[in-house]
Formats: sequence, C-alpha cells, structure tokens
Amino acid sequence: MAVIYTDHVAAMPIHSKVYESMVPYFKEFYGNPSSIHEDGEKAREALEEARGKVARLIGAQDEEIIFTSCGTESNNLALKGIALAHQAKGKEVIISGIEHFSIMHCANALEKAGFHITRLPVDQYGMVDPDAVERAISPQTILVSVMHSNPEVGTIEPIAEIGRITRAKKVLFHTDAVDSVGNIPVDVNELNVDLLSLAGSTFYGPKGAGALYIRKGVKIQPLLDGGIQERGLRAGTENVPAIVGMGVAADLAREEIPQRMSYLKGLAGRLTEDLPKGIPYIRFLGHPTRRLPGIVSVAVEYIEGEAMLLFMDMEGVRISSGSACISRSLKVSHVMLAMGVDAATAQGSLLFSFGMQNKPEDVDHILQVLPPIVERLRNMSPVYRKAMAKKA
Amino acid sequence: MYTQTVMDHFKNPRNVGVIESADGVGEVGNPVCGDMMTFYIKVKENVIEDVKFQTFGCGAAIAVSSMVSEMAKGKTLEEASQITNKKVAEALEGLPKQKMHCSNLGADALHKAIEDFKMKKEGTAYKPTPKKCYCPFCDVENPNEAEFCTGCGKGLEDEHEHGH
Repeated sequence: MAVIYTDHVAAMPIHSKVYESMVPYFKEFYGNPSSIHEDGEKAREALEEARGKVARLIGAQDEEIIFTSCGTESNNLALKGIALAHQAKGKEVIISGIEHFSIMHCANALEKAGFHITRLPVDQYGMVDPDAVERAISPQTILVSVMHSNPEVGTIEPIAEIGRITRAKKVLFHTDAVDSVGNIPVDVNELNVDLLSLAGSTFYGPKGAGALYIRKGVKIQPLLDGGIQERGLRAGTENVPAIVGMGVAADLAREEIPQRMSYLKGLAGRLTEDLPKGIPYIRFLGHPTRRLPGIVSVAVEYIEGEAMLLFMDMEGVRISSGSACISRSLKVSHVMLAMGVDAATAQGSLLFSFGMQNKPEDVDHILQVLPPIVERLRNMSPVYRKAMAKKA
Repeated sequence: MYTQTVMDHFKNPRNVGVIESADGVGEVGNPVCGDMMTFYIKVKENVIEDVKFQTFGCGAAIAVSSMVSEMAKGKTLEEASQITNKKVAEALEGLPKQKMHCSNLGADALHKAIEDFKMKKEGTAYKPTPKKCYCPFCDVENPNEAEFCTGCGKGLEDEHEHGH
C-alpha cells in the first residue's frame, strides 16, 4: 500500500541534494574542525560555509550563529544561558502558555532554581497579545520567550510587535522559530529578536543539527563546559556532516520558500475546505489566516484521536494527534487547553502536516478514507450517542 | 505498541452496540480523562445472555471493551463478577504500561452493569470487589485514594480525579 506521510512536524525526509552534500564528510573529510592540520582546516571551512548559509537564511551575521545538536538544545541554551548570565539584573522570565516542551520544562527548571516565571495566556487561536507582554514586564524581567509559530495548531505569533516592546523596555527577547525557519520568511532584524532557535530537520535537513542566533553583544552563559568550539559557547566536537547538510538545506530553503509556501498552502487549503463536506461536527484549530502553510489541525468531536490515528495508519496515512492517549504523559495537549479547547474535544484532535513530497492525490485519499473511519468510531461512541440524543 | 490480539480486537471489535431494553447498564470513565465505556447486559436465569458495549477511547480502550464482552457472554453473573481488569489485560496478551490505568476499565464497566441489574431486578445492592488502582507510571497497585505511588513515589492525586 502507498504510504501518505503527513506528519512533517514530527520528522521529514532530507532533500537529496542535502544528503549528497553530507556524504563526503563521513568518510573523506572526517577531520576535526579544531585541528590545525589540513584535514582539520577542510572541516572548518565546511563548518564556516554552513554558518554563512544559515546566517543568510535568517538575515543574521555569520558570527551570530552558534551550532547546536537540535532545537531543544538551542532552546535550553537560550533560556538557561540568558537566565544564568543576567540574574544579577533580575530573576523574572516571561514565556507563553503554548511553548514547546523544551521551553516549558526549561522554565520549570529555572523556577525550581529560584527564578520567577510568568506564563502568558493566549486567545482562542493560540495568539499571544503583545499588550499582555508589555504589562507583564517588570524591572526585574530579564528575558521574554515566545515561539514564532506553533506546529500543533499552525498559528504564527506577532513576534515583531512583541520585539518592539521588549526593545523599548530593554529586555532580551528569544523566539523558538524551529517550525518557522526554512518554511516561512524569517528575518531576525524584522522580528526585533535577540535570540532565535532553529533546527535543520524542520526544513529538509538532517536530524542532529540546530543553531541558536545570538545577537552581537548579548551575553550568555554556556551550558556545556569543555573546549572552545563555537566561541566557547558550545563545547564539543561539531557534527560536521549534519551541519553541512543544514547549510545546504538553508540555501535551498532561501531559494524555494515562496514556491514551497504556495504549494503547501494549496494542499492544506483544499483539505480544510473539503473535510467538513464529508464529516459533520468538526472544528479547525489555530488562526485562520496567520498560520504555517502546510498544517491542518482539526478537532473531530465525540471520538478520540489515537483510534483515528491507528485506523488512518492502516490506510497508509501517517498523522499525529493532541490526544492524551498518544502522549506518554497521558496529558491532553497543553497548547489546546491554553487556547480554551475543552479536554474532550482536544482528545479528538488530528494534525496533518504536509511536505513537498505530498501530492494533490494525497488529499483526495485522506478525504476518501477519513469519513468512514470517523463514522465507524462515532457509531461505537457513547459520547456521540448522548450528544445526538440531546440534539434530537 | 500493541499486541496482535489487541490490534485484532481494535480492528474488529466484538459486540459493539446498544441493547435498548437492557437488564443492566454500566458506565465508567469520561471523555475528558480519555476513555469512556458503556456496557449493556441482557440476563436470563442468572446467565449473561447478551452483552453490548460502546466505547470512546484509544485503541486499547476499544480492545479491552471487546475482550470483556467476549469473556462475559454466556457466563453466570458470579463468573462474570470474577473477571478482573488484570485478567482482561492478560487475555489481550498485555497492554502498554501507561494504558493499564486509563484504558483498562472494561471489567469495571461490566461489574457496574451487573450491579445495576441486581439493583433493578432483585432490589439488593450488589457489592463489587474493591476497585483497584494501578500507578500509570510504574503499574504498581496502590490504595484507591493514595496521594503517592508506593512503587515509584510519583504523585497520583491528579490520576484519581478521573473518577475511577
């Protein structure tokens, strides 16, 4: 059976040009970038070339890019590194209620270490109100961190507006742009950010390479102590093949973002338009227009997400869900709860995230196989029976 | 993630449906906590003649309901009362640990249906065996209102709020 992969926020295949660019750095140019002999020099050149490519993708200068192993590490370095370096000024950090676990749990750890964390609410679309950021900032606030876009519901946050406020208030501003960079235009100067996290694996690059943009002049404390790689801010021998791959992926993204956006928007748009025709009692989550192009987040009422996901899997369609039943913590998605989606509805959420390998026929297939699955599960759902009895 | 037996019952659940003139109805869980099951039984001369169920929930919850319905059909009320969540999980050749607490409620729903039948038909309250509570993190059995798991020490307060 043909597989229709629509879980690109979880993982995506790497671009063949990216793959080809990486291969020589496993066997041929395996030198350590810190070595001063010629083999080391070759690896260093490749590393710096990749740094330039990643910097260009987000409008940064080369020396403002610190390579890490993934988005999670970038977020850890941003939150903990800034908190530790600036705690003399104050111990208050502001985040939003819809952040990735790597921000949320970092904030929890800082809280345990004596920092004060403010968690901003979001509206029904998952949007942070810039005025709320302004109100939350106190003289002790050292850092604001709001994600650029949320992969679970697709909403793009008003980062530039928030950045204007933090700049005026002289507070550092970090954005987790892991799901934005390479997928939609991102420019650190237009966004008014001081720190920005990204990961190559979200734009057809390999897993194992991420980066943190740190604006020139911003002090940060490293989390890994060791050698003086990455200007002493991230010790450890660099993952050269993965970083080379991320660089090539960045170059490809810079060229292709407009085409990719319009293609993915077309796929997601048709699914959003046609799904309600075959399935009653569904609602779409996230902002209707300010959203990532390839993401359709939908709550199917009266049934649970994992059961839908398993049946879709049997039809060859790979998707994700915010249901508690598929998370290891058995908790419903905190993003949906923060948006005011009730827990029962969030249980029935499905997340389709399209990528460039998807074809228009994939949408046809989804539209064909999902309605009978929903009908089948609703027919065995006591919640649906009760709801229908109430409506009758 | 799931055993073949679980997947078989999930794909082709036995005895799905509603018995309109049921002799006993039992319901456990709620959609907020993730799983909800409703069991219907038809009883003739102390034997469960027919059983149907409806379930809102994950693959495990649907498979558990289906397995319980098969195990209960044709049994006397006393025999059916002996079906435990643990035996159901064993019949399914195991469930993922994190699913033991939230999805393995089928026997509870069946016992509630039997209790309902006894209350309605005989006017005597059926006394179910004490409910057992398994830690969702490490699967150790705990007292019903335990605040912390005796096995791994994790907080259980939130887990008890699920109403089962």
